[in-house]
Amino acid sequence: MSIIDRIKKIPYTPLQIAMHLYAWSALVALIFNLFTNHLTANPIQAMEQRTGRHALTLLVLALACTPLNMLFGWRELLKRRRALGLYALMYATIHVIIFVNLDYGLAWSLIIQTVLQRSYIVFGSIVFFLLIPLGITSFDIWKVRLGKNWKRLHQVVYFAAPIAVLHYTLSKKGDIFHLTGDIGRPLVYGLVVLLLLILRLPFIRRFLSSFRSRVAGSFIRRNSQPKLDTQKT
Amino acid sequence: MENKYKPVPILSSEITPKSLYYNRRDFLKAAGILTGSALLAACAPSVSGPAVPTPSHMTAYAGKTDELGAPLNSYNDITNYNNYYEFSTAKDAVAPLSANFKSHPWSVAVGGMVNKPQTFAIEDLLKMFPQEDRIYRLRCVEAWSMVIPWQGFPLASLLKAVEPTSSAKYVAFTTLNDPKQLPAEGNGFYPWPYTEGLRLDEAMNDLALLVTGLYGDPLPPQDGAPIRLVVPWKYGFKGIKAIVKIDLVDTEPPTFWKTIASDEYGFYANVNPDVPHPRWSQASERRIGELTRRATLPFNGYGDKVASLYQGMDLKANY
Repeated sequence: MSIIDRIKKIPYTPLQIAMHLYAWSALVALIFNLFTNHLTANPIQAMEQRTGRHALTLLVLALACTPLNMLFGWRELLKRRRALGLYALMYATIHVIIFVNLDYGLAWSLIIQTVLQRSYIVFGSIVFFLLIPLGITSFDIWKVRLGKNWKRLHQVVYFAAPIAVLHYTLSKKGDIFHLTGDIGRPLVYGLVVLLLLILRLPFIRRFLSSFRSRVAGSFIRRNSQPKLDTQKT
Repeated sequence: MENKYKPVPILSSEITPKSLYYNRRDFLKAAGILTGSALLAACAPSVSGPAVPTPSHMTAYAGKTDELGAPLNSYNDITNYNNYYEFSTAKDAVAPLSANFKSHPWSVAVGGMVNKPQTFAIEDLLKMFPQEDRIYRLRCVEAWSMVIPWQGFPLASLLKAVEPTSSAKYVAFTTLNDPKQLPAEGNGFYPWPYTEGLRLDEAMNDLALLVTGLYGDPLPPQDGAPIRLVVPWKYGFKGIKAIVKIDLVDTEPPTFWKTIASDEYGFYANVNPDVPHPRWSQASERRIGELTRRATLPFNGYGDKVASLYQGMDLKANY
């Protein structure tokens, strides 16, 4: 059997492999760096920051699937949304566990004080509690059980993602509204999320789908024209 | 008869350098700490970071503590976990990026409202003012802290030498402005160069130190070579690095972080557990190398020496 045949027999698509590889290798890298002392002199904070960033990245990727399918007709992305969302929740959970357990040693009074002191952690907590029901109801049985409400429930992610970006932005030393300080990365995440949400607006959606069918239509016409000619002659 | 048991000479290169040997122990210790932490974080005892540095004078600092009995942070931690935005916002990226920083020749221009304005070469400053050992706690506004053995001289000594006039009320400091040396100074999101300031009476307090050394060695670039300010009762960002200019002025000078976000970073920036930063608590801190958090002390534990400076002031309004 040739190598190409073997590759064809792998039951996973390249996209699937890339997704699972990213989600798990990031965790393996974190654990490896922890035990080889490569997480700065403040490893607990470094772990918090990294898991938080991975959670946000995965959430943004999950949010990107629908618009990318809309724009490029890449249908497989729709099948990957669930796993990306669940991976985002996985990293968010690790992030929260590190915060309450390693960072604050389960000292709840101190945690509550920290969360409530007008802190960016309030926003992080909101995102986490919004994502939990989405994770629980991500399985097919819930989709059936909830019917139309399932979609409504899962549109909560349109709120969760911007709040997650806000949480990230406010954790940095800078002022996003005056574009000063350490805001480069939060700004990139913010603009991407904004774009992904704008692409979902009904009139943008309609415009894009008509645009796509026109482009696809002209493409087919151009390609099919010569064929017809050759048939005639 | 030839002696079969000639001693085999050991090349000095074959002996594990002391620093590596100690670092290996650091690593094993840290790995142990963190493994333990994963298993029983909540009930783990407070394990302090090892205090074995790499410079030649390290033995002189073995077992030393601050006046509250806390052990020193290791040279490795102090020189590899740095907030120095002129190089990078990533604390572990500063040390490699600053490796080629040229801190010689260097001079500091001291002027403004003084009788004797003067530009001092760094060598002259070292000669003129005797270097003192000071073990200070450093509390970062990001709620982590270290205990650091600095060498330097009181800011007051330098100010007395230039004779501030009676109209001088504040001291303004400026960092080197040179994007070739400090690459992130090209980043337009920040009001470069870094500036800081103190009220004159704060600057004259004996605790305010101009630092030129760390663990008995010259100050390394990532910690602000060749000369930086350390004001231990204030948040770490007041400790401006790589100073080239000191001016005495009569109005409160603009300072870097206050310019970026004045509702979050005040001019005074005294360590105060009762005044939370608008976006995070200041009630507790993590001492680098420890697993449990510590309660933050008012004025970072230096209240007996500095609280009188702020008598009658509302510290919540003047954060």
